[in-house]
Amino acid sequence: MSRRTVEFTLATPGLDPQGRPVRTPLTGVRDDTADAGTVAVEPDFRGEHLLVNIGPQHPATHGVLRLVVELDGETVVRVIPHIGYLHSGFEKLGEYRHYNQIIPLTDRTDYLAPMANNVGVALAAEKLMGIEITPRCKVLRVIACEMSRIISHLVWLGTTSIDLGAFTPFLWAFQERERIYDLQEMWTGARLTTSLTRVGGLMADVPEGFVEGLRHFTRTFPRTLAEIDRVLTRSAVWAGRTQGIGVMTAEEAINYSLSGPMLRASGVPYDVRKDKPYLDYDTYDFEVPVGEHGDVYDRYLVRLEECHQANRILAQALDRLPDGPINVDDPRVILPPKSRAMSDMEAMIYHFKQVMEGIRAPVGEAYVGIENPKGELGNYFVSDGSAKPVRWRIRPPAFINLSALPKMAEGHLLSDLIAINASVDIVMGEVDR
Amino acid sequence: MNPTVEALRATFGDAIGRAAVARDGETVVYVRADRLAEVLRWLHDTPGEAYTYLVDVTAVEYRDRERPLEVVYFLRSLERRMDLRVKVELEHEGDLSVDSAVPVWRGADWLEREVYDMFGITFRGHPDLRRILMWETYAEGHPLRKDFPLRGRFSRAEQVRQALKANPEAHYSMEELSIAEAYEDLPADMRERLARGERGRVPEPE
Repeated sequence: MSRRTVEFTLATPGLDPQGRPVRTPLTGVRDDTADAGTVAVEPDFRGEHLLVNIGPQHPATHGVLRLVVELDGETVVRVIPHIGYLHSGFEKLGEYRHYNQIIPLTDRTDYLAPMANNVGVALAAEKLMGIEITPRCKVLRVIACEMSRIISHLVWLGTTSIDLGAFTPFLWAFQERERIYDLQEMWTGARLTTSLTRVGGLMADVPEGFVEGLRHFTRTFPRTLAEIDRVLTRSAVWAGRTQGIGVMTAEEAINYSLSGPMLRASGVPYDVRKDKPYLDYDTYDFEVPVGEHGDVYDRYLVRLEECHQANRILAQALDRLPDGPINVDDPRVILPPKSRAMSDMEAMIYHFKQVMEGIRAPVGEAYVGIENPKGELGNYFVSDGSAKPVRWRIRPPAFINLSALPKMAEGHLLSDLIAINASVDIVMGEVDR
Repeated sequence: MNPTVEALRATFGDAIGRAAVARDGETVVYVRADRLAEVLRWLHDTPGEAYTYLVDVTAVEYRDRERPLEVVYFLRSLERRMDLRVKVELEHEGDLSVDSAVPVWRGADWLEREVYDMFGITFRGHPDLRRILMWETYAEGHPLRKDFPLRGRFSRAEQVRQALKANPEAHYSMEELSIAEAYEDLPADMRERLARGERGRVPEPE
């Protein structure tokens, strides 16, 4: 058996004269004239494929995702994802519940952005019933959605940077996220199970001190983003691990039904907030960042910029927050105050009917897509005229984005698979539902 | 109503059924199941239509047993910012299968697997039609069907018994075992069961 020498380039990639990071392939180079600095390795392993099981309990899979990977050396030949470990049957449960009782289920789907899910399902139910919500409610829901976008993107940024070996941005991101969580807790009483919305309004108005707290956040948050930007964006290690990795062209991204930052990083300027506006998003002044290469690096840039834009929207929403009621004035939809339900006959009847029978929706169907941090979250209700939907379908953005993982990862190195999987921004509660 | 409906009627004639505007303002058009693949291909490829983006695929079963099952395709034209919902009706007693949309949109892959898993509707021509959310040996049926009880068909004790009895090798598919070349090392009876496609299936409850 002949020995052969293989030369590995182990240095981190640097920058080329144009200032663009150079990515050096970590593949062995056959070199028969062995000299100092080359490593001699034992025989040729080419041709033997290895089966590696990653997960379901593995921190780099960001949840209970199991990937069965076929490897040729360190190169990924095939990825076979297995999901369903967190399947809870939310859609089935929804068929047995009133519309308002469905809202707590949505907290647990995309649990990194519960308030945005609450808004999505409430909007779909209101569309089905033809309810027009109040101006104050609209602005507060925008605030809820953009707060969710920031915390979700910060979790993504933190965990992805840890996956790729940068620890500090994780601490900064989670510190900022904690400030939003404090505000969220102040408003809804919960960090995760927010159940913020109701059909036709909100569970509660914002408490005293919330607006000032959020305004302070919007003023100070860009500083942290600038720090993260300074540490990561031009780092040779970060760029070398992410540029040219997991590329999806615009046509592929569309064909694979990607949505959200995944779609926009590939250069497709589609954002539900701009193209099918809900909650009056068309009246806010914000930009939609679009990438051009469709790789992990562009997805990072898109998400980082979306944090800036979400912050801008938050500032505008706080400026325009009108006074007035948060709930529609319709006793068939909104529960009367407890004091009236206990003293007024009519209010008590409405209270009883709503609690016992729920809100009846007219026969028909409605789909409302909203721009969640992960992508387009759709809620599709089909009603037969009763108080419980015949069918409640969640269009799960993370599930559909994850389905492109094999396409993106095949041909890359195993370590790049981790980067690609992180770049999808999955949350298994939503993938499995 | 979306003008695509008129264009569809002009091209496909009686393969296009009724059309209506849903409560969210989008157009829903019913298509005969046997022409579905052609219609979807046409909607994707025709320049003036260009429904290049598949938003979602799902199915609906009504509480009323008289009403057929529906497979729903949410299509979007990114150029024209237009949505269209295409529905196919499948009779309960009939053949619960439609042509797969994967050749047109790769994004339909997992969505159709989910519909198959949850409703038992098969997609002809799908490259890899396996269960996706439930495990492959799941024997209780299709959870989102109306005749499926909320707590499942088997008792909790039976579910636990089956879980404990499941064959750990069944967590790998035949395809995966062949990558590892582990197939030859398996005991003969397990090899036989795998070849029969049973993958560690446990017997029906007594």
